[in-house]
Amino acid sequence: MSNLRELYQQLILDHNKNPRNFRALDPADRYAEGHNPLCGDRVQIYLQIEGNRIAEIGFQGSGCAISKASASLMTEAVQGKTLGETEAYFKDFQAMLTDPTSEPDLNHIGKLSVFASVRDYPTRVKCATLSWHALRAAIENAHTPATTERDDP
Amino acid sequence: MNSPLDILTLQPPEAIARPAQPFDVRRIRADFPILGERVRGQPLAYLDNGATAQKPYAVIDALAHYYATQNANVHRGVHHLSQVATDAYEAARRKVASFINAASDREIIFVRGTTEGINLIAQTFGREGVGEGDEIIVSEMEHHSNIVPWWMLCREKGAKLRVIPMNDRGEFRLDAYKTLFSPRTKLVSFVHISNVLGTVNPAAEMVGIAREHGVPVHIDGAQAVPHQRVDVREIDCDFYTFSGHKMFAPTGIGVLYGRETLLESMPPYHGGGSMIQHVDFDEITYADLPNKFEAGTPNIAGSIGLGAAIDYLNSIDFDGAARYEAQLLEYAHAALRAVPDLKLIGTAKHKVGVLSFVLSDIHPHDAGTILDLAGVAVRAGHHCAQPIMKHYDIPAATRASLAFYNTREDIDALVRGLHKVRKVFG
Repeated sequence: MSNLRELYQQLILDHNKNPRNFRALDPADRYAEGHNPLCGDRVQIYLQIEGNRIAEIGFQGSGCAISKASASLMTEAVQGKTLGETEAYFKDFQAMLTDPTSEPDLNHIGKLSVFASVRDYPTRVKCATLSWHALRAAIENAHTPATTERDDP
Repeated sequence: MNSPLDILTLQPPEAIARPAQPFDVRRIRADFPILGERVRGQPLAYLDNGATAQKPYAVIDALAHYYATQNANVHRGVHHLSQVATDAYEAARRKVASFINAASDREIIFVRGTTEGINLIAQTFGREGVGEGDEIIVSEMEHHSNIVPWWMLCREKGAKLRVIPMNDRGEFRLDAYKTLFSPRTKLVSFVHISNVLGTVNPAAEMVGIAREHGVPVHIDGAQAVPHQRVDVREIDCDFYTFSGHKMFAPTGIGVLYGRETLLESMPPYHGGGSMIQHVDFDEITYADLPNKFEAGTPNIAGSIGLGAAIDYLNSIDFDGAARYEAQLLEYAHAALRAVPDLKLIGTAKHKVGVLSFVLSDIHPHDAGTILDLAGVAVRAGHHCAQPIMKHYDIPAATRASLAFYNTREDIDALVRGLHKVRKVFG
């Protein structure tokens, strides 16, 4: 069961059990909700933006270990980052999960590389990207809920 | 054992049928080639039969035999193969009629599956007979396919859905059901066996109650036909729908049974070839039953595969299979109850081999992935039955669903996998 250990690494299990920044921000400058209609996972993203930076980020919701840990690690990764840096993170993260030829830049992607083996489980990719879609929607301040359904692997 | 593609050894389905022998699971498993496959290096424990069932050689061979020796379009050619294909297609219809004890094969409409069957009723019987302020009774236990088509119809017509509630064991509250009828009730539509809870609903009794109010009844039989014999005349329902692929036949073929007088009175569903007698730009006359509801080239191979699945079920002591499955369910219930922090969803007195559960606060998708790595195929999610999830206040559940080819070893593999899940998330 070595592949099991690869998917459910200690870092993922830890963030699932003790998610960081698991709170609603009140007030929040931006807010969006992500929903995966296939499995019912939901995530809410709250942002406080200062200038061009994410000053504060919080999330709430319910979902599987992969989606919860991904949201938690995402909030740690983008806190204090500019919106441009955040978008670059998302692109690298998505490429790592969906593009078999991609070589994640570990210096850039950091702890998020813990999700690299999700690529071997195509049915779970959307679990890992849900919170990122919601974050992007929050940045765009979209009024419609984010969905993973445009996430072409 | 025949290779499915070795056409020289293929026999027509009739020749494969054999006299029923007492049920023996080892012998039965040899009929299903996929059960010998390994998944992720482990022997396959296929416990997702509620989603779709595996296919026996008899069905696989029937498809290959049809395409290798009989393929032609039906109901139109003067040539030999067209007649052979038409005969095979209509023979399959007669097998279905006899399988569910319909009064006539004119009452058997081939559709893509249960979902299309229900949509057909909603868009013909429903659109013609349901108006503003009318009511349709469904239940809390339905698959989305027996909610959405009626909801859409109600939206279009300004009609209302009334919902039969269930208790926490997952059984209908018949006292409440009786109070839902009004002079505006146009149809009752409920599930025979729940895809999430395994509950076997008292179909005949519920039809009897609807009869007292003069209301016709549709029953969604998708999960019933693989588990037990169904007799539509004994149940006395007006419509009964089911899918081939859940009863060991191919995907893309299903059945709408309708009482002949009702089908006669309904307008057609799709327009096109085969469903007409005469076409003029001023006047079109429709074909007789069942062709009136089968526009276009049908799923000929699929219907022949469904006929082969019925022959197969008739050949294996299907009643013995149902008894075997009931014993396996009892074993599985006891085994799952012994897993700490596991809560079974659906504990009806009358149920078949569907075991939905939640395991402490571990998400079913995580459980499902870890079980998959152990070679155990289960379903995780809301099972297209979100009102049931709401009833139990859970976002999702894990479901193991049995067929008569499953064994205690499959259940043991599931339980071992669940202990692994608990260890990972402990």
